[in-house]
Amino acid sequence: MTLLNIDGLSVRFRLRDATVQAVSDHTFAVRRGELLAIVGESGCGKSVLAHALFGLLPRNAEVSGRAILDGVDLIGCGEKRLAREIRGRRLGLVPQSPATALTPVRTGRRLLAETLRAHQRDPALADSLAEQVGLDAAALGKYPFELSGGMAQRLVTALALAPDPALLIADEPTTGLDRPLVDHTLDLLRRRCDSGGTVLLITHDLAAAERVADTVAVMYASRIVEHRPAADVFTAPAHPYTCALLNALPDRAFQPIAGHPPMLTALPAGCAFAPRCTHADGACATLPAGPPVACHHPLVTEAAA
Amino acid sequence: MSLTASGIHAGYRGRRVLHDVSLTIERGETVGLRGPSGTGKSTLVRVLALLHPPDSGHVTLDEQRIRGHGHRVPASVRTRIGVLFQSPRAAADPRLSLSDLIAEPLRAVRHPREQITGRVTDLAERAGLTPDLLDRRPHAVSDGQLQRACLARALAHDPDYLLCDEATTMLDASTQAHVAAMITDQQQHTGMGVLVVSHDPALLTRWTDRIEDLNTETAR
Ligand SMILES: Nc1ncnc2c1ncn2[C@@H]1O[C@H](COP(=O)(O)OP(=O)(O)O)[C@@H](O)[C@H]1O
Ligand code: SF4
Ligand SMILES: [Mg+2]
Repeated sequence: MTLLNIDGLSVRFRLRDATVQAVSDHTFAVRRGELLAIVGESGCGKSVLAHALFGLLPRNAEVSGRAILDGVDLIGCGEKRLAREIRGRRLGLVPQSPATALTPVRTGRRLLAETLRAHQRDPALADSLAEQVGLDAAALGKYPFELSGGMAQRLVTALALAPDPALLIADEPTTGLDRPLVDHTLDLLRRRCDSGGTVLLITHDLAAAERVADTVAVMYASRIVEHRPAADVFTAPAHPYTCALLNALPDRAFQPIAGHPPMLTALPAGCAFAPRCTHADGACATLPAGPPVACHHPLVTEAAA
Repeated sequence: MSLTASGIHAGYRGRRVLHDVSLTIERGETVGLRGPSGTGKSTLVRVLALLHPPDSGHVTLDEQRIRGHGHRVPASVRTRIGVLFQSPRAAADPRLSLSDLIAEPLRAVRHPREQITGRVTDLAERAGLTPDLLDRRPHAVSDGQLQRACLARALAHDPDYLLCDEATTMLDASTQAHVAAMITDQQQHTGMGVLVVSHDPALLTRWTDRIEDLNTETAR
């Protein structure tokens, strides 16, 4: 059953003399119980997508399209309704920069207890939530400025989990964590989906997506270029960009993709990957349809069907 | 010639983090450093970068023993060591545009003004920053874009040694490979020595010439 239905979602920022096209025409659905990973090079628009869904875009942003979460359009429903009915129990966000997201004058335990109480949950759950994310009691007693980056990361994760949201958006939730804690956090998200929760994991870390995701959406220059089951994406990538990104991994070719992503202020009319793509030809001057694979010459043909 | 930490004891207000730690980075080589979190890898980087005074032990830069730390070390010495940290947000002044950020170390030593613009353009291009990004301030660029700017800044003085503290951990695979390639490229031109601190065994194996462990026996 579908929990989130995104239809034609776009976000642009108006700057003084240019427009940044940060999210272009996303259309996809997320099932209940699904862990969808959104991956892509930094700056491709992943965080802007998360902010659009959570209603956190700055004033110079223009949003169009719809994002229906369980019957409510997150884009059109307005800040009041988002604050009163949506954020918390229905939609949670683990923000990308934990340090700036924390109220400085309260300890972690108090922040957690307040969040629990605000959502009619037992404040005594604070310690067990902290334990779930791998934060010990001593760390929970500290003020945000006393926490290391990794501790702050775990605290914001616990805060987002506190209302037990139907959909959790986790934007780079493993930042600042060392390997064992990265795996611990990823496995926590996986278990959440296995017991009926739904997670949108935004990450630059392909290994993380491979470990836990059911489905993967690969973003390039504001567009989703490939959206397929995780196992297929990692073993038989269909979009030349996905293939190139996987080849950049240190345990594969460790080969950066030549050139750079296009400026989001001047996206080409056709495929945005064309200048870096070894398969490009004349056809690529028009925008390819898709997902599942937005490419005129997919590497795996049955995937485009 | 090398950057060497010898018998370093260091910590913060009485809490000893490093206990008799030694590490050498020769010019031209790439050394990996790994160890569980909390063992003091970042503290060792700060000691080597002359940003944190050790309680005992010392740092030598090309056979010259360094005294003092921070701004008491002459700029001509400090600028021979570049550092790249994990979080570009924490390392970048939010009021500066990316081009001012890259120019900062050049202005600090009164580099001839007419040369700064050209130097910044060159560094930014090598770091893979498109011109539209250079006028923006950190809040309007992504972490990967900001880290590229910090790398350009770290290389502004063509340092003899570059210390990377989990510098690619928050970057996507292609940006990570690009940052590593840019550092290796610079190394081939100038013969700089590089230290790579990372949790990622695949990255250390692929990138570095040898891997040192900082473990709880040497660090407490
Ligand atoms: N407030 C803003 N004004 C203008 N451009 C912005 C703003 N915020 C983000 N951007 C731009 O939007 C693009 C997408 O950024 P972001 O979503 O943070 O990337 P990601 O999370 O994929 O690394 C980037 O090019 C970034 O520079
Ligand atoms: S549409 Fe053309 S340029 Fe774009 S990824 Fe496919 S082959 Fe390459
Ligand atoms: Mg982001």
